[in-house]
Amino acid sequence: MSTPATESAPQTGRSTKAGYRGTKVRRQRVRAAWTFLTPMLVALVLVAGWPLLRTFYLSLTDASLSDTAGAAWIGFENYLVYDNGAWYGLLTDPVWWNSVWNTVYFSLVSVSLEVVFGIIVALLLNAEFKGRMLVRAAVLIPWAIPTIVSAKMWAWMLNDQFGIINHLLMTLGLIDAPLAWTADADLSMWAVIMVDVWKTIPFVALLVLAALQMLPKDCYEAAEVDGIHPVKVFFRVTLPLITPALLVAVIFRLLDALRVFDVIYVLTSNSTSTMTMSIYARQQLVEFQDVGYGSAASTLLFLIIALAVVIYLYLGRRQLGVDQ
Amino acid sequence: MNQYQLIKLAKQLGKWALIAVVMVYAIFPFYYAVITSLKPSSELFQVDFWLSSVDFSNYIQIFTQKSFVRAIFNSIFISLSVVFIALLLGITASYALGRVRFRGRTTVMLTLLGVSMFPQVAVLSGLFEVIRTLNLYNNPGGLILSYTIFTLPFTVWVLTTFMRQLPMELEEAAIMDGATPWETIIKVFLPLMWPAMATTGLLAFIAAWNEFLFALTFTLTDDQRTVPVAIALISGGSQHELPWGPIMAASVTVTVPLVILVMIFQRRIVSGLTAGAVKG
Repeated sequence: MSTPATESAPQTGRSTKAGYRGTKVRRQRVRAAWTFLTPMLVALVLVAGWPLLRTFYLSLTDASLSDTAGAAWIGFENYLVYDNGAWYGLLTDPVWWNSVWNTVYFSLVSVSLEVVFGIIVALLLNAEFKGRMLVRAAVLIPWAIPTIVSAKMWAWMLNDQFGIINHLLMTLGLIDAPLAWTADADLSMWAVIMVDVWKTIPFVALLVLAALQMLPKDCYEAAEVDGIHPVKVFFRVTLPLITPALLVAVIFRLLDALRVFDVIYVLTSNSTSTMTMSIYARQQLVEFQDVGYGSAASTLLFLIIALAVVIYLYLGRRQLGVDQ
Repeated sequence: MNQYQLIKLAKQLGKWALIAVVMVYAIFPFYYAVITSLKPSSELFQVDFWLSSVDFSNYIQIFTQKSFVRAIFNSIFISLSVVFIALLLGITASYALGRVRFRGRTTVMLTLLGVSMFPQVAVLSGLFEVIRTLNLYNNPGGLILSYTIFTLPFTVWVLTTFMRQLPMELEEAAIMDGATPWETIIKVFLPLMWPAMATTGLLAFIAAWNEFLFALTFTLTDDQRTVPVAIALISGGSQHELPWGPIMAASVTVTVPLVILVMIFQRRIVSGLTAGAVKG
């Protein structure tokens, strides 16, 4: 809050009463702002802040799911421990590092595809044509379908024996024998990416479309009068103007992708070829009941995502408008 | 001139081809699920693009299952509660963050961004403890509480962006009339914000309706499940004998209301994003 003196300084022509009124209103507004924020902040502490701290703590204990209160402190043994001439712990587990790599690979590939296709769909929806509303509604359908449902729908379409995708590919002569999309280690990651991209293109397209519709019409008219090629107009005018919306879309998608769980859980279960960090951590926590070890995995997942966010914020700080 | 017309025609053709591809890509999986759900189990394993006859046995099978019907009601109750809480806390918080300059605003915005990046798994063990302590395990309350972690930051963030775009004059008029901040929100911003609230509310609803990890972990018995968990847990004799007919019927059942909702709201979602100006 800047000082009231500088606020009322330019208003020298007005009476002192108006200046006083300004500061009173200001103070009232700031007080109201904090009152309005309190319930939200309390809720966030209860569901986010405190549980996160507990997860950090539990990762340093030998807690099990049935008894988290009576856990004993074991330091960093869940992460790394030297015992009988060999190193043990999460940091030496090849399955964990495999799941880290899977997560990063999945996130980068699926978000890139979603952004490219999302922009294309948004540009299409922004154009004038008959039945545009119908197409717009149709495009939103994948977005409205629950993730579990879309995973099941695709699992059925990708079914190795009776799936329509194998049927189509064989009819077209592209493959000779049916592919085991969700069981084959080489294909299952692509199957998962395919489903995720299908599901989330509308989200990106919706945000980009909203940005497109706020663009000033006059620069486009000017560009058209000057006879500039539409592709050039897109990269020089449209893209810079929609960048803030795009960055918001990318950050939400990227964070979603890095913690991906449900689509993979349903499509390929606990298979190592698609196991992500979330799947690994939950398997330790719930199925193996090892809260200490699982919390260690959760903590590392948190740190990796935090690192990604810091890098992202650093790169996109200006555009995000947080520090305006 | 001829060449110009040819290019124009090619462009039109290309555009319509692209539209067709996008339409088929977006709709086909859902369409195929509908077709599968309306087939008798004897025809399930032959690939058809059209439906020759309609058979409702899959639907009868899932709706005679008490746990599935119960899951639908659980999901509706939980999602609506989550939307209500997110909008109530979101609209007030976004007023504070979007319209008032105060020390610490940036910190709060960054905290929100920080929470929205929380991977659900990172809080799973801690939240499990909180829910068990509050006696909300295997209870809709536990899910409503835990869902605020992802709906609230998103709602506040988006509503704040909207709040900032509204012209200053609106609020100055309210301040001159001596309205308190609460009155300003209710009388000035709420009427202008409803398209934004419809958008974010719908997003929160869909997020809550879709949520899987918490619902899977924080519920235990069939009568407390939500729809995604119920569908994911439908199983047959073995992993290779999934009852695809009933699964597709259940999938279509829970998706149709959402699709209708999106059809109704889509005009408002899209046009609402650009609306909002001072009139008079």
